[in-house]
Amino acid sequence: MAEIRVMRADVLPPEPPPRRHLISIRDLSREDVERLLATARSFERSLEREMKKLPTLRGRTVVNLFYESSTRTSSSFELAAKRLSADTMSIKAAGSSVDKGESLKDTALTIGAYDPDVIVIRHPQIGAPHLVAHFTSAHVVNAGDGKHQHPTQALLDLYTIQEEFQRIEGLHVAIVGDVLHSRVARSNVQALVLMGARVTLVGPPALLPRGIEALGCETSTDIAAIGAADVVYVLRMQRERMEEGANYVPSLREYTARWGVTPERLRPGQKVMHPGPMNRGVEIDGRVADAADALVETQVRAGLVVRMAVLYDLLTGRPVGVQAAAAVEVA
Amino acid sequence: MLVMKDGRFDDLVIRGARVVEPAEGIDATLDVRTDAGIVTEIATKVDANGHRVVDGTGLVLAPAFVDPHVHLRTPGREDEETIASGTRAAAAGGFCAILAMPNTEPVVDSAAVLGALVERARAEAEVPVGFLASISKSQRGGELTEMAELADAGAAGFSDDGVPVASAGLMRRALQYVQVTGRRLALHCEEPTLSRGGHMHEGAVSAELGFAGYPSVAESLMVERDLALAAYEGEPIHLLHLSARESVEALEAAQAAGVAATAEVTPHHLCLTDEAVRSLDANVKMNPPLRAEDDRRALLAALRNGNISAVASDHAPHARHEKEAPFEAAPFGVTGLETAFAALNTHLVEPGLLPLETLLERMSAGPARAYGLEPPRIAVGAPANLVLLDPNASWRVHEESFRSLSANSWLLGKTLRGRVRMTVAAGRVAFEA
Repeated sequence: MAEIRVMRADVLPPEPPPRRHLISIRDLSREDVERLLATARSFERSLEREMKKLPTLRGRTVVNLFYESSTRTSSSFELAAKRLSADTMSIKAAGSSVDKGESLKDTALTIGAYDPDVIVIRHPQIGAPHLVAHFTSAHVVNAGDGKHQHPTQALLDLYTIQEEFQRIEGLHVAIVGDVLHSRVARSNVQALVLMGARVTLVGPPALLPRGIEALGCETSTDIAAIGAADVVYVLRMQRERMEEGANYVPSLREYTARWGVTPERLRPGQKVMHPGPMNRGVEIDGRVADAADALVETQVRAGLVVRMAVLYDLLTGRPVGVQAAAAVEVA
Repeated sequence: MLVMKDGRFDDLVIRGARVVEPAEGIDATLDVRTDAGIVTEIATKVDANGHRVVDGTGLVLAPAFVDPHVHLRTPGREDEETIASGTRAAAAGGFCAILAMPNTEPVVDSAAVLGALVERARAEAEVPVGFLASISKSQRGGELTEMAELADAGAAGFSDDGVPVASAGLMRRALQYVQVTGRRLALHCEEPTLSRGGHMHEGAVSAELGFAGYPSVAESLMVERDLALAAYEGEPIHLLHLSARESVEALEAAQAAGVAATAEVTPHHLCLTDEAVRSLDANVKMNPPLRAEDDRRALLAALRNGNISAVASDHAPHARHEKEAPFEAAPFGVTGLETAFAALNTHLVEPGLLPLETLLERMSAGPARAYGLEPPRIAVGAPANLVLLDPNASWRVHEESFRSLSANSWLLGKTLRGRVRMTVAAGRVAFEA
């Protein structure tokens, strides 16, 4: 029979740090963002080595729970976790119990029963990551929730801009297109404003959400407004989110003619970004997409190291974006 | 029109409470006696005479409340609320009468469905309940219900609440028929092509969170249409759950021009704004949505001056699993019967934004008059409809505190001041704590 020993309080393992999540850029401070970008840069250097795998998160489990199709986000989260030696598991809504009508709460409880360290979730509905954070004890990373937030996209975009310009503060970024339906636009406006950039949203009136200026950006319905920007950030025209007969724009053809980003509308040296996947010939001219000033591939590469930085930061105990369950504020 | 289950009257003497009766202009410490369901004596000292004596020291005794807007979910969703549970919740909230909306499954659009409800209420209602019938068949907005027959069968009014009467032509026909039924039309004002897909108020918060917006003008445009039709036909209307400043302005302009329009406002629209939606808590999702601070102020000002004459809970129970979902997937509506007084006492009366006697009037006589019901009074000869309140008692709202079968309250976990100690409805003690 094993000997029973009484452990002294001071040799007991420390209390686990409070659970931290990355759900919205709103939860981050400028210091948080700078630390994440610096961590991503150090990972980028480590990836230049022949042996790309780091032992940092050995024994940790990262679950990717994707309720929407995704290529770059899901693959880069999976690769990021693997590069840090974490165990990964990917669950797609199609072919899972979700197809059988399981609620998000029940799916969260099921996955939570495996005690994962991190749940990365993409979901078509706003607030799904909050719900998962509520019903599991994992750290939750929002990989896109409806039209709300896509914080790792904004971080990788900041990383890309910083690599290109060596700064973010004082730059002027024009975000063009369907802002209304874009979580990428929302996260990027908050992230860029947080870091001291000037942001102008450009698009058709019905696709610029009423009241968005409260985030500290400007708006314009005139494509000429991109002329003064250092970076032109082209949003995907979310055709799948355009309801039949909603008439946000009279036609895609008219959208392209008025707001498509073409070589003629850019001046030399302006950098062009796009979160992908691109609709060539709709929101972005193929010549722009393929030009040397396009940073699209840099964005994809940045996605990997930024997501490594996010996983590392969440799991190694530094205070990133503590998202407490917000209470209802009574006026 | 209002029915409840049979029972014996409770003969009471309530001693030493501060009697606040806004209609009679009473605000004094008095004893009140009831006999066989009637108030028989109000004096500084009343003999017990063998009656049950209730100590009202330190408490407020007022005419009991009337809730003009409740969803009892019966028939169809008895898992969320029944006539028994909903009227128990009403009694616990201080209400001596409630009106139930007809958007059930099936819709209350025929004398048969209405008759079955009335029968059930006679068997299980703890406080008097009246049932509204729908304006259009199945609330589809196509054809009028048989409103005269429904009125004869006991409909307390007519409403397509939950959805608007989209067709102006049908709305006009319904107004014309008020001459026949004599019952109030209660209108859910929403222009559906403007609100479609919206989950919250359109403004800076929806822009940031990414929710499709349900703009104020979706409500106020329909308010203006219905006021114009009411003016043209010369008939009264009641506007349900106003939420927008522009709606209040339209109402006040029409009232000044002589239109017989009444309106109600909910506790949540008086206490919260769209900022609350940042919590992404499905228990702050309702239709109409929480709006901006200037809307809230306009609603409060109109309630204070009486242009909005009624508080309505819009008590809308939902099953727990339906609300434990992402905001967009969750249904609209929150419960409110058991928290209405305490919420408003805490957030409006205590900070000095609304006098207590005004709140008591807007929760009792105001809503009764909007539907042509006899207002509860504390007067000799009046039916005993009384609520005994402890305005200073603090309590914490939690799931187990509810008599309602549902707990989708925006106040869960909050501490409120103001408790209902006793409700006397139609001469019977319907609740005491």
